[in-house]
Amino acid sequence: MTSIFFSLVQREARLLCRRPAELINPLVFFSLVLVLFPLAVGPESRLLQSISPGLIWVAALLAVLLSLDALFRSDFEDGSLEQWAVSSRALSWLVLTKVLAHWLFSGLPLVLLSPLLALMLGLPSEHIPVLVLSLLLGTPVLSLLGAVGAALTVGLKRGGLLLALLTLPLYIPVLIFGSGALQAELQGFSPLGYLLWLASLTVLAVTLTPFAIAAGLRIGLSE
Amino acid sequence: MEQIIHAGKPINACEVPISYGLKLDTLSCERDSRLLFEHLSLDLSSGSMLQVMGPNGSGKTSLLRILAGLMPPSEGAVRLESNSGSSVMPLNQMLLWMGYATGIKMLLTAEENLSWLCSLHQQPQSQSQIWQALAAVGLRGFEDVPCYSLSAGQQRRVALARLYLNPPPLWILDEPFTALDPQGVTQLEQHLVRHCEAGGLVILTTHHTLTLTPARFTTLALGS
Repeated sequence: MTSIFFSLVQREARLLCRRPAELINPLVFFSLVLVLFPLAVGPESRLLQSISPGLIWVAALLAVLLSLDALFRSDFEDGSLEQWAVSSRALSWLVLTKVLAHWLFSGLPLVLLSPLLALMLGLPSEHIPVLVLSLLLGTPVLSLLGAVGAALTVGLKRGGLLLALLTLPLYIPVLIFGSGALQAELQGFSPLGYLLWLASLTVLAVTLTPFAIAAGLRIGLSE
Repeated sequence: MEQIIHAGKPINACEVPISYGLKLDTLSCERDSRLLFEHLSLDLSSGSMLQVMGPNGSGKTSLLRILAGLMPPSEGAVRLESNSGSSVMPLNQMLLWMGYATGIKMLLTAEENLSWLCSLHQQPQSQSQIWQALAAVGLRGFEDVPCYSLSAGQQRRVALARLYLNPPPLWILDEPFTALDPQGVTQLEQHLVRHCEAGGLVILTTHHTLTLTPARFTTLALGS
């Protein structure tokens, strides 16, 4: 089981590195939103600071959503998913590995980029660890929940808008807990409760969504 | 035989000449409220080849997808049974499926594609075995070329190289001759016949008339 894990991560890494636009697009989107906001709102640092938790989280959420539409599409079109489905490997394990690999190469860079952009929004540097931690716990949930939507819309030629409609309601708890952690930290409360809620959502998503993703893909393949 | 199956390893037709059969039990397929075929019953035993024929849209690919377990039939069932104990075997450890879309990634090289497919299907292969298989399908020297720069026929050959890599016994191939040149067609026909003679089972669709067939050869005409 571990060897298939590493070969799949290696395959995903190769594919993403040979089509770097797919990796860079969400990062560029994330940065652009956060760079343009101070210009539009004005340099009043207190206002920026107070809206920055929500701003960073909304930008991260949309950036992840943007990257997910293509998650299974090329594998669906070239027959790779059929090979996954007929193999004796558990499809849920394969899709979990694929989504985690995708997060590793698109979600993690976003988390790593966030401190820089948060400083530009005037977020005091002592709050950066909470921001990074909340994104680190939250973005895998966004990827996994989005993958359920991507699996269900994989057979559709233009599933982009439908994917957003399907997944955005599921994203709301993550958004509330993620930005809530940072809001609490900014107001001098402990963010621990929010972070623990986020962590439990992460555990739930890692354990349950692979089955939903696999079921969604099987529906897509059987049509 | 049971032990071999439960060990979770792929069963190689060449090493273990076991006898098994694929039973199609009153299969029906309905798509978009059109009945493609109904009450299709057929017994296929190891060593035979089935060619599914029929005009476009007659349900050839649907039948193959049902047999491979990718699509549920509207009615009926498909069973893989060993002839000695008549026990039901898990299909996915015996199956090599190649759809019209072959599962080859254009961005990966021929060798990367094959080594991934081999580890996915638990056919452990060394690099030299993969190179030998690529040489067998006439792709010597193209091992490190990304598949998008290969021609359609060469891309098909990359997928067909899996048939030379210690494959499982039951092959379901959708239009395997597409884009192949005459020499490639002959070579594939020979390979399919050899596989059947070694106790394998081949189910394929093609519009091309097979010049070489094994002793136990059946055709199935759909849409008539």
